[in-house]
Amino acid sequence: MNSFLSRLSAIIKKEVLQLGRDRLTFGMVFGLPIIQILLFGYAINTDVRNLNTALADQAGTHLSRQFVSELRASQVVDIIATAEDAAELEAMLRRGEISIGIMIPHDFDRRVVDQDRAAVHILVDGSDPTILGVANQLRFMPLRFDVSPLRQAKQELIEVRPYYNPERRTPVNIVPGLMGIILMMTMMLFTAVAIVRERERGNLEMLINTPLSSAELMIGKVAPYVVIGLLQLAIILGVGQLLFDVPIRGSVVDLYIAGCAFIAANLALGLLISTATHTQFQAMQMTVFILMPSILLSGFMFPFDGMPIIAQYIGEILPTTHFIRLTRGIMLREAPIGELTYDLFYLVGFTLVAMTVAATRFTKRLD
Amino acid sequence: MKNQYAIAARGLSKHFGELKAVSELDLNVPKGEIYGFLGPNGSGKSTTIRMLCGLLTPTTGSADVLGTTIPGDAKNLKPRIGYMTQKFSLFGDLTVQENLKFIAEIYSYRRSDRSRRIDELLQRYDLVEQRKQFAGTMSGGQKQRLALACAVLHHPDLLLLDEPTSAVDPQSRRDFWANLFRLAESGTTIMVSTHYMDEAERCHRLAILDRGVKVADGTPQELQANTGMNVIEVVAKNPYAAQAALDEVAEIVSVTQLGVRLRVLIPDRHADPVDRVSAALDSRGVSASANIASPSLEDVFVAVTVKPEARQ
Repeated sequence: MNSFLSRLSAIIKKEVLQLGRDRLTFGMVFGLPIIQILLFGYAINTDVRNLNTALADQAGTHLSRQFVSELRASQVVDIIATAEDAAELEAMLRRGEISIGIMIPHDFDRRVVDQDRAAVHILVDGSDPTILGVANQLRFMPLRFDVSPLRQAKQELIEVRPYYNPERRTPVNIVPGLMGIILMMTMMLFTAVAIVRERERGNLEMLINTPLSSAELMIGKVAPYVVIGLLQLAIILGVGQLLFDVPIRGSVVDLYIAGCAFIAANLALGLLISTATHTQFQAMQMTVFILMPSILLSGFMFPFDGMPIIAQYIGEILPTTHFIRLTRGIMLREAPIGELTYDLFYLVGFTLVAMTVAATRFTKRLD
Repeated sequence: MKNQYAIAARGLSKHFGELKAVSELDLNVPKGEIYGFLGPNGSGKSTTIRMLCGLLTPTTGSADVLGTTIPGDAKNLKPRIGYMTQKFSLFGDLTVQENLKFIAEIYSYRRSDRSRRIDELLQRYDLVEQRKQFAGTMSGGQKQRLALACAVLHHPDLLLLDEPTSAVDPQSRRDFWANLFRLAESGTTIMVSTHYMDEAERCHRLAILDRGVKVADGTPQELQANTGMNVIEVVAKNPYAAQAALDEVAEIVSVTQLGVRLRVLIPDRHADPVDRVSAALDSRGVSASANIASPSLEDVFVAVTVKPEARQ
């Protein structure tokens, strides 16, 4: 036992020393999460606001002006220009000056009470599906206020009220998922190359000819990264809260429990890659191979339930999917980890299986 | 009987697919001796050493190494052997001292004696000044000394060295061998592979490998005495013409040029070898002197590695 600890700590100390001297990797440990979160937090914005809009109000009545002011209040449209008629709106649309054109005919007041005719025409640049989606929501406006008193109808329309993210801000949804992506990227990559690198440099041939056991080598190599992973988690949470005001409604301890399980799963996966590949380049390729579906199919980018069933099955296998469910649950829905045990146990089980396979595959031999 | 040998291998073979890297190797390495493995690249030296320390599983055969059975019992063997890989395998981004400390911890060297042992090794292997230097920035000779220091740190009974001197200058090689003799003196058995004749000559005993087959073994003196060849040294003004003349003699199995001298090997079953050589030279009008010489280790090597059909 004593020599087990001695050997284990020898490997850990060596890894820490080497990591500290590898400036680039060290920089990645801290730089990557910060850059990623800024990138994703600011750049990926699926909530659409202030679309450039032109208005042609041919009616100019009290009712039409009220309609326009309600429209403005929704913040979806930003009326930057006015036009005389539909043709002028079309021209502006074609020139790319606006994304949405709103055409209010001169008989607007009469059309409002007329069941058969639309009161307002919305001209939309449909090339961007997101904008089209927004416009489709706006389309329901005149229809609704046909059947009920005007003000009430409007309220109902604006009332697209997503739970837990009432402002419909993307970062609130992105950041908990991003924790999974960033952790996976760094944890898996570092450990995937960890053993392959020593194999390439020839260190491994020396190491496996010492009394060092496979388990000591594996645990010793990944242990420093657990700490690094937890630090990264803190960075992402901190930046998310400071810059993007992402709430942590649930318990931070729960979040860290989930984090530990997820980090372990990725380290085990990385080791598995390490034992299955022969060069660092192969290990990187393999990492990217797993990274892509983790970004696309984990529910990070697209709503999980909206994916084709096959994609959902693949997503279920990936640890990231389960971690994102855990983080969104804990951070946004204030769910205690006790209610999310399926995802937690999946991560633990995944770790055990991957670690066992990795340790079995790794023999202290060269053949 | 068993105990007098550090290594006793029987019928050791290793095949990589079609390639027979090592075939039916029998070895007896006496304790406390320096045992050399001489052979060209690809002759199976590294493969044999790797089998003996458990890194490769033999296709057939087995070996008794320090009383443990290989394959199977490598775990108990590891703490008792030191292994120096052909390629520098310590950590380039750790300092000399950190590397030694790491190795001491891996071998669970007594904590109280660790720094004393490391200091001793730094002194012995002339690395005191490099103590804080990153191993990756050192010269070939310094790296080699560090590798040896790490391999012997835990006082192994058996030291396996895979072409340890292939990347160092002659002076470093001489110093390195002085260190090996000191280790052998203190009871360590050393197995060293090399393709340098002068190094092979320093070994107490050696085996010559050729394409995975052991073609000769014994002390350098025994090998030199039992080549089965007569060595004729020819000194000629025009060695090229002399060589051309000698190539036509069927009995001659090998002609090696060393400056103006030619080393000519003729199997000893042919009588009057000097006369045969002289006659061949005279018939071509080459003026040269031919005298019988005592075989060098290089002659031995050539004699045992020439193609079998040439030896008939």
